[in-house]
Order: sequence, then C-alpha cells, then structure tokens
Amino acid sequence: MSDVLAAVKFDAEGFMVDPNAWTKEIAEAIAAREGMVLTERHWVVINFARDYFKKNGESPTPRNITKNSDVTTKELYELFPGGPAKLAAKVSGLGKPHGCI
Amino acid sequence: MDMPKIDKNIRKLSIIASKGSLDMAYPPLILANAGRMAGVEVNLFFTFWGLDIITKKKMDHLNVSVVGNPSMHPSFHIPTLVGVIPGMSAMASWMMRKEIAKLDFPPVGEFIELLTDAGAHLYGCKMSMDMMKLTKADLVDGAEVLGAMEFIEMSEGGQIIFV
Repeated sequence: MSDVLAAVKFDAEGFMVDPNAWTKEIAEAIAAREGMVLTERHWVVINFARDYFKKNGESPTPRNITKNSDVTTKELYELFPGGPAKLAAKVSGLGKPHGCI
Repeated sequence: MDMPKIDKNIRKLSIIASKGSLDMAYPPLILANAGRMAGVEVNLFFTFWGLDIITKKKMDHLNVSVVGNPSMHPSFHIPTLVGVIPGMSAMASWMMRKEIAKLDFPPVGEFIELLTDAGAHLYGCKMSMDMMKLTKADLVDGAEVLGAMEFIEMSEGGQIIFV
C-alpha cells in the first residue's frame, strides 16, 4: 500500500473521513488502489466534484456532474467503470453522494 | 435476531417493469439508475403495459390515472367522481411532470437514454410485443427483444425487483 495513504483516515467503505485533508497525491493513490490511472478527463470530474463540495457541502451525483460539465454520462461511466457515484467521490476525497440520480 | 447475511459479491440487479402509467414508470428507472451509479450490472425487462416506457411513440406521453388510483398524493388528489371529467388525467399528468422536473429527474425518454448511456440493458418482453403487435423497430434504440425464460436465466444469481 502506498505511503501517501498511510496517514489518511477512511471509513468502512473507503471514503475519506476528512475531505479537507485531501491532496492531489492522495487522489492518485486512491485511484491506484481502485485500479485506475487518472487522466486529464478524470481530473475534470475531480475538480468539478471538489468545487461542488466547496459550494454545496456534499458530493455531486452523476447527474450533477454531467449536467454541469462537458463530461457525458457515457464518458463518466467509462472513466469510473466500478460505479461513478462512489468512485468519483472516493478519488475526490468526499463522502458518498446521497442524491438518487 | 440475526440479520440475514448479504452476499457482497452479488452485483447484479434485474428489474421487471410491468406498468406503463407515469407514476409507475419512474420507480424502475430510478432503481436501475441507482444500481448503475453504484456499479451494479442492471437488466431491465419491460412487460405488458411496462412496454410503453420503451416504445418510442408512447414513452413521452405516459399519463397518470386519476380514477381508481388510491395512492395519489394529497397535492395531486382528485376525487374519483371529478376524475371522470375529460382532461383530468392530462392535468394530473402535467402536474406530476412538473413535480418530477423539479426534482431534476428527466422526462421518460431522456431517462431511458441516460440509462443506456450508463450501461443498463433494456429488454422488451417478446410475448407482450406480439400481443401489442410491436416489433423491435417500435422500441427505443438500444433495446433488445427477449423471452421471459431467457430473462430469468440472465437474472440468475442476482437480485430481482418487480414493479
């Protein structure tokens, strides 16, 4: 396991407990743990998610992401094949999104 | 009391949509989308009136039945005797579409497109299609035609929801 994650606290499902402790290096390490390599397009989603969290205090749902960025539903699922709602939030250091869509 | 053990390896969800009214079209679509959001494989089977949800000519014109619908929310509630007046169903449907849009749920046609983009699989029930004289060309792009038995086989080992 990566050293970067050694000091990071996660909940039982693998979401970061403190979103403010998140760094880009942590994002890369979480992605690696989930079997992903982050591309420029992943970062579009991550930056959007971080920004959304700053404004709304919660994780964006896939529909929040696709309606407010140039990432389409298809692309979002290709970027986060294990389920975009949870994976995007995990990599972005945020909690599980609660919206239904 | 012990809680039933949940097998975390089951990552497959089958949803059978058998109703085609506006209020009954959304639950299977929302559940299917929630499944895909969580990375669960989702197969949707549209049977009987549920076929309207993926029939191109009907999907964006689904209506709420106001007569004999005991579950109408107070804000939509229309007494049965008033419900028989022409136009009441259209009005209730219009109101419901507005409420659905407020929650940021897309109209049925767009919702189906969202689900296909999200990788959910859509199947029209072969028997129902024969009964309603529909062919694959009548269904939305991406939907396949399937027999009930094949759908049950496909669902093996996963969870099934009937709506």
